[in-house]
Amino acid sequence: MSDVRNEWPLWEVFVRSKAGLDHKHCGSLHAPDAKGAVQLAREVYTRRQEGTSIWVVRSDQIVASDPADKDMYFDPMADKVYRHPTFYELPDAVNHM
Amino acid sequence: MYTQAMDTAPREERSALEDAALQQRFDARIDAGEFVEAKDWMPEHYRKTLVRQISQHAHSEIVGMLPEGNWITRAPTLKRKAILLAKVQDEGGHGLYLYAAAETLRVSRDQLLDALHSGKAKYSSIFNYPTLTWADVGVIGWLVDGAAIMNQVPLCRCSYAPYARAMVRICREESFHQRQGFDALHVMMTQGTEAQRAMVQDAVNRWWWPSLMMFGPPDSASTHSEQSMRWGIKRISNDDLRQKFVDACVDQAEVLGVTLPDPELKWNAAREHHDFGAIDWDEFWRVVGGDGPCNRERLAARVDAWERGAWVRDAALAHERKQATKEKAA
Repeated sequence: MSDVRNEWPLWEVFVRSKAGLDHKHCGSLHAPDAKGAVQLAREVYTRRQEGTSIWVVRSDQIVASDPADKDMYFDPMADKVYRHPTFYELPDAVNHM
Repeated sequence: MYTQAMDTAPREERSALEDAALQQRFDARIDAGEFVEAKDWMPEHYRKTLVRQISQHAHSEIVGMLPEGNWITRAPTLKRKAILLAKVQDEGGHGLYLYAAAETLRVSRDQLLDALHSGKAKYSSIFNYPTLTWADVGVIGWLVDGAAIMNQVPLCRCSYAPYARAMVRICREESFHQRQGFDALHVMMTQGTEAQRAMVQDAVNRWWWPSLMMFGPPDSASTHSEQSMRWGIKRISNDDLRQKFVDACVDQAEVLGVTLPDPELKWNAAREHHDFGAIDWDEFWRVVGGDGPCNRERLAARVDAWERGAWVRDAALAHERKQATKEKAA
């Protein structure tokens, strides 16, 4: 069994597909350091011009919401329909505002 | 893909009652066709099944680089060489997407590779056949990648989302693999010499049956199929996929001008499918069990690459640690 401490750390990869768009999470990879992670991300995730910019971040640096809290976190928004423009019915003459 | 490194929260003790509730909610989500994400609760058997399937799939991609890699230096033209390089690099990339997907299930990359190198984990038995001629490279693209695509497209809808996402990416890239193979064969069949056409036919004869075996044992003998179907890990049965593949290949073989080596292959109007001859399952199990033409050679090549690359991995990590220490001191 290999020594896990000698495994290259894991990085999350975010790629901007073209100028003007957001960076989007596209996968993860192992790399020894940040520079290596960017280089490997280019080989693994942009072999067909999928991107114009790459971000990498150590996976253990990401803080995520707990899936067990999903209902508590997100469901309260379900009954706030007044936050959407379609909630308001205006007179026809101005309804496209 | 989410990662196992993020999943560091201590596991809480749960009562049997809570477990039953979690199981019920999981089943309901599967039944509703919803996706399961890395950090969601899942039954241990589901997790283990996925680790086995995804890592086996990843190993197949990596070992699959070997038979074709043999031909990179011997490709007949610069164009074919560039194409083959790109394809073999893709296979490596596909292996990496899949390892990362498997690692979301609380296994490390090193554990997965150890399982491959020690012979504990399997990979697709097709890669234990040799690539004897240049035509083999074309036939691998046409038939082997063709069968792989047929197998993989339904996996894009697999219930485990990190696996499904990896498969979407893979399927998008895989189509080029099949097409370049057919193209290489087509050039030989239409513009080649008599000897080249015979070489293509010979390669088809050798790869046809192993390609059919890629869909796995018949449904009646497939041990994991039923549970995997229930869980939405598998969407279409082995035999149904195999039939679909045979039906697709018959027309393609005609366009190519080759015959498929099965005297019993014929259209059945009542079934609206092609009937085909019996598959030699003894051969399949023999190759899976380690006694194919190239099993030992393939595994030895992987172990050798891993061991000979160890100093590079260690040096890169040592360099990073040294830099980190320097930064801290500064």
